[in-house]
Amino acid sequence: MRPVLREEGETVGETRTARWPRMRSRTAAVASAAAACALAAVAAAVLPAGGGPARDRPAHSAPAAHAAPAPGPEAAPAQCTDPEASLRPAGEADGPAVQRIKARGRLIAGVDQNSYRWGYRNPADGELSGFDIDLVRAIAKDILGDPGKVTFLAIPTSRRIPALQTGKVDIVARTMTITCDRIKQVAFSTAYFESGQQVMVPKGSPVTAFDDSLKGKKVCTAEGSTAELKVREEPHGSSLLTVPNQLDCLVRLQLGEVDAVVNDRALAAGQAAQDPSVQLVGKPFTTEPYGVAMNLADTDLVRRVNKVLEDYRSGGAASLWMKAYERWLAGDLKGITAPPEPKYRD
Amino acid sequence: MSQPQPAGGKPGEPARSAAVPAWREALDRVRAAAVTEPGRLRAIGAVLALVLVAFGAVTAWQVATRAAAADAVVDTSQPLSADAAAIYRSLADADTTAASGFLAGGQEPRAVRQRYEKDIALASRLLVKAAAAGEGSGAARDRIAALNEGLPRYTGLVEAARANNRQGLPLGGAYLRYAGDRMREELLPAARGLYEAETGRLGSDYDDAKSWPWAALALGVVALGALARAQRRNYLRTNRVFNHGLLAATAGTAVVLLWLVAGHAVARSGLEGSYAHGARSLQALTEARIGSLQARGDENLTMVARGAVLTKNGDDQYESNYRAGMGRLIGGEQGPARAGSLLDRARALADDAGGRAPVDAAIKDVRTWQQRHGEVRVLADDRGDYKDALQKVIGDKDSTGASFDRVDTELERALAYEQDEFRQAADDGRGAFSGLAAGAAVLTVLGAAGAVAGIGRRLSEYR
Repeated sequence: MRPVLREEGETVGETRTARWPRMRSRTAAVASAAAACALAAVAAAVLPAGGGPARDRPAHSAPAAHAAPAPGPEAAPAQCTDPEASLRPAGEADGPAVQRIKARGRLIAGVDQNSYRWGYRNPADGELSGFDIDLVRAIAKDILGDPGKVTFLAIPTSRRIPALQTGKVDIVARTMTITCDRIKQVAFSTAYFESGQQVMVPKGSPVTAFDDSLKGKKVCTAEGSTAELKVREEPHGSSLLTVPNQLDCLVRLQLGEVDAVVNDRALAAGQAAQDPSVQLVGKPFTTEPYGVAMNLADTDLVRRVNKVLEDYRSGGAASLWMKAYERWLAGDLKGITAPPEPKYRD
Repeated sequence: MSQPQPAGGKPGEPARSAAVPAWREALDRVRAAAVTEPGRLRAIGAVLALVLVAFGAVTAWQVATRAAAADAVVDTSQPLSADAAAIYRSLADADTTAASGFLAGGQEPRAVRQRYEKDIALASRLLVKAAAAGEGSGAARDRIAALNEGLPRYTGLVEAARANNRQGLPLGGAYLRYAGDRMREELLPAARGLYEAETGRLGSDYDDAKSWPWAALALGVVALGALARAQRRNYLRTNRVFNHGLLAATAGTAVVLLWLVAGHAVARSGLEGSYAHGARSLQALTEARIGSLQARGDENLTMVARGAVLTKNGDDQYESNYRAGMGRLIGGEQGPARAGSLLDRARALADDAGGRAPVDAAIKDVRTWQQRHGEVRVLADDRGDYKDALQKVIGDKDSTGASFDRVDTELERALAYEQDEFRQAADDGRGAFSGLAAGAAVLTVLGAAGAVAGIGRRLSEYR
C-alpha cells in the first residue's frame, strides 16, 4: 500500500521522473515551459498507457477535447511555446457555460483543502480559506453577484482534470500549473500567480540555495513532484527522501530526519507559515504559472474568468490581487510587487 | 519389595578358587536357582513387582506432565495470549481514538482523550507483564522490545499532531498521518507478532496436555499380561484357581489402567472443547475486533487527510484502506457476512446461541455503519458539505462512530462470553487429571505388594 504522491507542487509530465534526468539535463537551461513541452512529447512517445496515472490524462482520446469547438483562435496552438497565453476577456454577453452557472445559481469549484494559505479547511470551524478560495469567491461575485454562492468540492490532485472533463465542477482553482501537456485537456485562464521550485531550510542552516551548499545534506520532496524530478536531475551532492505529501516534508524537517525541503514556493510559503523557524532561501529555479482551469468547451467562461482576473489585478498596490497577496502570502513569500502580466493568444 | 535371594542352591560354598571369578559363581548360582521351582517363583515375583511399580511410576509421571500442561493452558499461556490480544487491541484502539479526537479538534471530548490515555497505559502495563513472563521465547522478546521502543515515539508524534491541530495548522494532520503510519507499519505488526507467539505457546501447551500417555498405557497392558500369565502358570501347576494376592494386584492394575484411559479421554475432550469453543473463538473475535478498529481508524484518517494521500490509481489512500478492511471484516455491502470474512469466522466458531447473538448484532451494526459511511462520502465528495460529513463520522447520533462503538461493545461482549466458555471447558478437562497421578502410584504399589504376597504364599509351601 505504498501511497503514490502527487503534489499540487506540479507534476510536469507527471510520471517516470527517475528515468529522465539524463535526457533533461540538456534542456535545464531552457525556459521551463519549453521543457514541459519537451517532456510531454517524450512522455507521449516513450510512455504509452500504463506509464502512470494514464487515466487522469487521457491525452490520446480526451472526449472533451474532441467535443470542444475547435476552430479559430480559441483552439490551442499546434506548437506549444507559451501555454499560459489564454483567451481575451469578455464580460457582458453570457455564453452557454455562464448561463448554466446562472441557471444553477451556484458556482461549483474544485479546490484543495490541505494547502495552507491557498486552499485550506480550518479544522476548528470547517471553513475554507486562502488565496485560491478568495479568487473563487471573486469569480462567483462577478457571475452571480454573491461571493457566497459557491459549492466547494475538495478534489485530489489526480482528479482535477477528470472533474472538469466530466462536468463535475465548473472551475478548478487549486495551485494548478499551466503546462503544454494540460492545455490539450483543459482550458486555462491567464496566469494568476508565478510559482517555481525553491529550497526551504531551518533558519541558520548552511544551505543557501539550490546549489552545492546542499552537498552531503538530506533533501525531502513529495513523490512524483517536479521537485523530485529536479533534485534527481541535479542532486548537488545531496541525498533524497520522498514522502506522500509535500507537507510531510515539514514533519521530517522538524523531526530532524532531513536537512532541506525542495518544494513549489507557493506551497513552501504555506509550510513556512506554520513554523517560524524555517525559511525559503535562494531564488525559485523554475517558472510555474498557476491558472484557473476549466473545461475546453467552456470558452465563454474562460473569457469571463479572465475578465475577473483583469479586475482583480488592476489598481496597482491597492488591487484585490495585492490585498490577497498581503493577506495570505507576504509574510513568508516576500518581494512580490505585482501580479504576473496576462498573456493572450487571440 | 522382595528382591529374590539366590537362596536354595548350594549351601557350603567352597573357598574361592582363583580360576573362577566371583561373577561367574553368582551366575551359576542364579542359573541353578532358576531351574528349581522356588527359584522360579522368586523370579516371577520380582518381575511382577518391577513391572507394576514401573507402571505406577510412569503413569504418575506422564499424568503429572499433562496436568501441568493443562494448568499452563489455563493459568499461564491463555492469560498471556489474552494479554497480548489486549496489547494489540489497545494499540489499535489508541490509534483510532487519537484520530477521532483529532477530528474534534479543540472540542476534543474529555472521554475521548481519557480513552486514548487508558489504551496507552494498558498497553504499557501489559508489555511489562509480558516481558516478565516471556523469558522462553525469543520471538516474543523481540516483539516486546520493538513495542517498547516504538510506543513513546508514537505518543510523541500524536502529541505533536494534537498541538499543531489546536493551532489550526494542517501540519497537525501530517503528524497524525505519520503517527498512524508508524502504528500500522511498526507497532501493530509487532503486537500481532507477539499475539501470535503467545497463541503459539498456548497451542503447544494444549498439545502437551492432550497427548496420550502411550508409555504408561503400554506398561499397564504389559503388567496385566504378566499377571495373567503368572496366574495361569499357578493354575496349571497347582490346580488352584485363585491366588488372592495376584488377584488383588490384577484388580488394582486394571483399575489404574481404566482410570488412566477414562481420565485422559475426559480431560482431552474438555481441553479440545475449550480450544475449539473457547480459544479459537477468542482468536477469531480478537481478529474481528481489531479489523473493525482499523476500518474505523481509516475512516477517521480519510477525514483527516482529505485527499492528501492517494493510491497509484488516484483514489484516496485511506478510503481505499477502509474498503479493503471492511472487505476482510465482513465483505459485501449488505446481508450476512461473506463466507471467510473475519466476522463470518467468528460467527461460525460461536457454537451456541449465547455466543452467536452478540456476533449477529455486530454484523448488523457493521452493515449500518457501511451504509452511513456511504452517506458520509456523498456529503463530503459530491456535495462538498464537510461539516455535515464530519458530524456523521464523529457525532453522537446516527453517526458511523456510534455504529462502530456498538460493534466494539458487541464484540467485547462476545469475547467475554467465549472467555467463560473457555474457562469452564478447560476446568472440566483438567479436573479429570486430579487424583490420577497419586491414585495410580498408591494402587500400583499396593498391587505390587499383593503380587509379592501371592507369590510368597506359594513359596512358603516349599519350606
